[in-house]
Amino acid sequence: MISTIKEVLRYKMVLVCVLLLSAFIAMGLFANFIAPYNPLATNLSQSCQPPSLSHPFGTDELGRDILSRVIYGARLTLSIAFAATAVGAAVGIIGGVFSGFYGGAVDMVIQRLTDVLLALPGFLLAIMFIAIMGNNLTTVIVSVALAMIPSFIRMARGLTLQVKELEYVSAAKQLGVRNMKVMTRHIIPNISPTLIAQVTLNLGTAILFISGLGFLGIGIPPPQPEWGTMLGTGSAYIFYAPHIIIFPGLAVFLVVFSFNRIGDRIGEVIAVK
Amino acid sequence: MASPQDVAALRQQLGLDKPIYVQYFIYMSNLFTFNLGVSARTRSPVLTEVLSRFPYTLSLALGGTILAVILGIPLGVFAASRKNTFFDTLISSFSIAGISMPIYWLGLILIMIFAVSLHILPAGGTGSPANYILPTVTIALYLMAFVVKITKASVIDTMEKNYVITARSKGLSERVVLYKHILRNALIPVITIVGLQFGALLGGAVIVENVFAWPGLGRLIVDSIESRDYPMVQGSIFIFALFYALVNLAVDVIYTVVDPRVNLK
Repeated sequence: MISTIKEVLRYKMVLVCVLLLSAFIAMGLFANFIAPYNPLATNLSQSCQPPSLSHPFGTDELGRDILSRVIYGARLTLSIAFAATAVGAAVGIIGGVFSGFYGGAVDMVIQRLTDVLLALPGFLLAIMFIAIMGNNLTTVIVSVALAMIPSFIRMARGLTLQVKELEYVSAAKQLGVRNMKVMTRHIIPNISPTLIAQVTLNLGTAILFISGLGFLGIGIPPPQPEWGTMLGTGSAYIFYAPHIIIFPGLAVFLVVFSFNRIGDRIGEVIAVK
Repeated sequence: MASPQDVAALRQQLGLDKPIYVQYFIYMSNLFTFNLGVSARTRSPVLTEVLSRFPYTLSLALGGTILAVILGIPLGVFAASRKNTFFDTLISSFSIAGISMPIYWLGLILIMIFAVSLHILPAGGTGSPANYILPTVTIALYLMAFVVKITKASVIDTMEKNYVITARSKGLSERVVLYKHILRNALIPVITIVGLQFGALLGGAVIVENVFAWPGLGRLIVDSIESRDYPMVQGSIFIFALFYALVNLAVDVIYTVVDPRVNLK
């Protein structure tokens, strides 16, 4: 385990990404201590101010401090991304392992349900769910989770089909170990390295989806400082206050880049093993 | 306020007084004749509106894909043939940055550079050929990042295959080896990725259309969600799904052309 982590961190770029992500997570956790201003406090006499000493990232169209909003945005965006990925991965992995392990009718039903989700590209599926259910914290989490379920089902099923033929799984079955225990003790631990890489990559995608919905005005509703929502409302001012869209976008880019680079590297290390 | 009679009359007119399963049956049977209902807002047929918007989305998606493939494959091959050199690092870093770049941010930055600062391209809307440039380039850059990454990986993988070593050792020129033996085989995963990413590209098109005020299907969906025009949302999503299915079918057919080993029967 420790040797694997060492191997993952061998590249400087990956180490930088881990540090960067830790910084963003710390920012989110301690937002109320770090942020210089209240992220929701408006001040119309200070609207659209370019970056200055008192407002390092400038202010937005309502005079809110962008630095404070980016810091609080880390809390909001990251926690939604973690929640959505947790839900999507849990449902997808359980579905995929069941599908692969039992085969037959169970497999048929789960795979046809997956086909339904795959009829639309992920982001459009999320948009459709929001269109029906309205946009708030819960629906954004569920819609993003829904979009990533099919890939987890497909991957977990494929891996389960490989692992279930191995000797130690047959041995466990021959010894009369209950199916549930075979899955949780023998199958899931052995397919988890690949799934961890997939989860990391999906965290990046989740953030792109959340902020994409926010940008379209159908994600986390304003005045919440969600990065995509900030960009969506700020884009109207691009001609005279371009600084409004620089920093929230940079935050999304850095976080997604880090998740992608770390996820890719975990994948590489596992492939070599 | 609408009177209860008016509400009841409208519910009857829209068919909302019938049980859900009857409504579903009516919607599905209408679907077979491409009757997508009427817009809840404008009362005009959904199909007419959707069809008038679709060419805008199609031109953006096709233009972006073609540009991404034309630029992405040579760059990927170049990076693979110069593995571990400065060019490889440069191209690969660009590719991973492109994958992580939020597409709306990319679009806004291009607007900032070419419309706000340099004043050489329009920031949005339609009308002249110049209006096509920024949205198409945004879509293309996004897809190109994937194309470069997969092409490079696939070419490097193919280079080590036995038939390539055989081709070299029997004295074929490097050109023939590259085009006939490596590229033809290495392109198969690239087609898969372009096909798979086409779905993501449609999602991206929704965003790009909203960045550049482009009157395509994606903008129609978002506008219709805001005005709660559900028949219009349903209709646009249906056309998107249909288009997506057709593209997946096309990818399967293209396989048989590129790879004679694949047989659809």
